[in-house]
Amino acid sequence: MEPLMALAIGLLYATAIFMMLRRSIVKLVIGLMLLSNAANLLIFTTAGMTRGAPPLIPEGMMQPLGDVADPLPQAVVLTAIVIAFGVLAFAVVLIRRAYEIVKADDLDKMKDTDT
Amino acid sequence: MRPEVALPVLLPLLSGAISLMFWRSRPMQRFIAVAGNVVLFVVSLWLFVAVLEDGYITIQMGSWPAPFGITLVADMLSAVMILLTGIIGLAMGIYSLATTGRGHEKFGYYPLMHLLLAGVAGAFLTGDIFNLYVWFEVMLVASFALLTLGGERAQMEGAIKYVTLNLLASVIFLTAVGLLYGTVGSLNMADIALRMDEAEHSGMVEVLAVMFMVAFGIKAAAFPLFFWLPASYHTPPVAVSALFAGLLTKVGVYSLFRVFTLIFDQTMGYLQDIMLWGAVLTMVTGVLGAAAQYEFRRILSFHIVSQIGYMILGLALYTPLAIAGGVFAIMHNIIVKTNLFLISRITHRLQGTYQLKKMGGLYRERPWLAVAFFISAFSLAGIPPLSGFFAKFVLVRAGFEAKAYVATGIALAVGLMTLYSMVKIWNEVFWKALPEENQVPETPTPTGDDGRLLKPSLWMMYLPVVVLAMMSLLIGVFAEPIMLVMNQIGDQLMTPSGYIEAVLGASASAEAALLDPIEIQAERVDDRLEETP
Repeated sequence: MEPLMALAIGLLYATAIFMMLRRSIVKLVIGLMLLSNAANLLIFTTAGMTRGAPPLIPEGMMQPLGDVADPLPQAVVLTAIVIAFGVLAFAVVLIRRAYEIVKADDLDKMKDTDT
Repeated sequence: MRPEVALPVLLPLLSGAISLMFWRSRPMQRFIAVAGNVVLFVVSLWLFVAVLEDGYITIQMGSWPAPFGITLVADMLSAVMILLTGIIGLAMGIYSLATTGRGHEKFGYYPLMHLLLAGVAGAFLTGDIFNLYVWFEVMLVASFALLTLGGERAQMEGAIKYVTLNLLASVIFLTAVGLLYGTVGSLNMADIALRMDEAEHSGMVEVLAVMFMVAFGIKAAAFPLFFWLPASYHTPPVAVSALFAGLLTKVGVYSLFRVFTLIFDQTMGYLQDIMLWGAVLTMVTGVLGAAAQYEFRRILSFHIVSQIGYMILGLALYTPLAIAGGVFAIMHNIIVKTNLFLISRITHRLQGTYQLKKMGGLYRERPWLAVAFFISAFSLAGIPPLSGFFAKFVLVRAGFEAKAYVATGIALAVGLMTLYSMVKIWNEVFWKALPEENQVPETPTPTGDDGRLLKPSLWMMYLPVVVLAMMSLLIGVFAEPIMLVMNQIGDQLMTPSGYIEAVLGASASAEAALLDPIEIQAERVDDRLEETP
C-alpha cells in the first residue's frame, strides 16, 4: 500500500507545482488545492498505515489489544484539511475579485506592484 | 497554573470575539481596539517580568502531560517577542483610530487586527510544532483579509503574490511536519529535540532541516525567497503595512531561531554556510532594491528584507553572542520599522503623496516630526547611540569572534547603504524645499484610506510615533541591561536542555522511558519507511 500511496502523493505534488507555474490564476488556485491535499496525504502515509485496527480500548481494559493505528496523524490531517479549506475558500474569492478588478486572468498582466 | 503564559493568546482572541459581537457599532469596536490592546500590553509585561524571575514558564493545555498535549512555553526569547507584540499592538490600536477609513472599519478591520495579534502571540508561545503551523495559519488568514480590505487594483495584485507564496510556504512547512512526525514520532518540540539527539543521523534529518529552512525563509522574506514582500507590503493602508512590517516576517525569523537551536542543533554545521550566505545576500539585495526606489513605503519594504538578513546572520554565526545580537536586531527592527511606516502615513497626510520627488520642506513645517524620523531612520542605519547601533555592534563583534570576516564586512557595508537610503528620504522629504508644481493647500484636507474626510486627530498619529522614537532612543541609552537579557536569550537558546527540561520535567530521560509504546510505534514506522523503496 505504501509504495502506491507514495507514487500518488509524488504525482499530486508534481501536478500541483506544474499548475502553479502556469500563467492563469485559476490554474494557480487549482495547483494550491492539489498541493494542500498532497501534504495531507503525505502526513497520513508517513505516520504508518495500519489496516483495520482502530485505536480503541475494549471496555473494562486499560490498554488496547495488540498494535493499533496511530490516531494523532489522523487528528493532524483533519485539522490541516479544515485549515486548507478555509484558506482556499479565501483564495478562490480573491482570484474572483482580482479578475473583476484587473480584468485578466493572466498573472503576467499583474506586474504593477513589482518594479 | 501560570495564567500569564496563556493570556497573551487568549486576550486578543477574546477582544476579537467581543469586537465581532459589536459588528455594527463603530465606537464600540474602536474602544475595544484600544482597551483590548492596553490589557494585552499589560499582560505581556507581566509575562516578561515573570520570565525574568523564573527563566522558563510552561503550561500544559487541558492538563495533558507534556509530550501528549499541547504545551505553551515561555522562555526569554518568547517573552521578549510577546512584549514587543504588546507594544506594537497598542501603538497600532491607537494609530488605527486616526487613519482607518470608515469603509475598512465597517468590514471588520478591528476584529481582524485582534485575530492577527492572537496568531502572532500563539506562534511565539507554542511548544508544539503542529500547533505552530496552526497559529501561522491563523495569522495568515487574518493578514490576507487585512491586506485586501479596500480592494484596490494594486492590493489585489499584491495579495495574489502574497497569498500564493505564503500558502506555498505553509504547505512546505506542513509537509516537513508530517515527515518529521514519521521520523521521530512526536510533535512536541522539546520531545522531538530529545528524540533527534538519540536518533542516528540519516539523510532524512538534513532534508527536513532544509525544508524547515525554506518554509520559514519564505515567511521571513530571506534571499532568494523574498519577492512577495516588496510586491505587496506597500499596497494596504499604512497601519496594516506597519503591523505586518513589525510582526509578520519576525514570526518567520523567530521560528528559524527556535527550530534551528532546539531541534536541528546537530544539523547546523551542515547548513551554517548556506544560511550565512543567504543572510548576506538578503542584506545586499534588500538594500540595493531600496536604493532604486523613490516611493516612501517601497523603500521601507525593501529595508525590511535587508534587516532580516542581519537577524539571520545572528543565527547563522551560531554563537551565544551572535544569537543575542540577532535577537537585539529583531527587537530594534520591530520598533523602528513600524515607526518609519507610521511616519510615512503622517507625511502622506500632510503632503498627499508617497512619491519622494513630490514632497519636501517638512523640516521647516514640522520640526518635531523631522526629529522623530531622524531618530528612527538613523537608528535603522546603526548610528550611535540609537538602538540599531548596539544591534549591529554585537553582531559585528560576534562575527569577528567567529572569524566570518567577509560576511561581517559586507554587513558593515550594507549599514552604509542603509544610511544612503535614509539620507535620501531625509533630503527629499524633510530638507529640500517643496517642489513648485506640488504646492499643497494651506490646510490639506485629511482623508482616510478610503478617501473620505476624517476629523482632524493628528495627535493620535503623533502619539505612537513619538513613543516608539523615544523607545529607540532609550534602548540605545540603556543598552547594558537590555544586553543582559539578550545574553540570557543567547545562553538559553544555545543550551536547549533547559528548554527540554522545562517542558518534559526535570527527569526528561525518565519521562522518555514512560513513552516506550510510542517509541516502539515510531520505530515500527521507521522500519516501514525503510521498507518503502
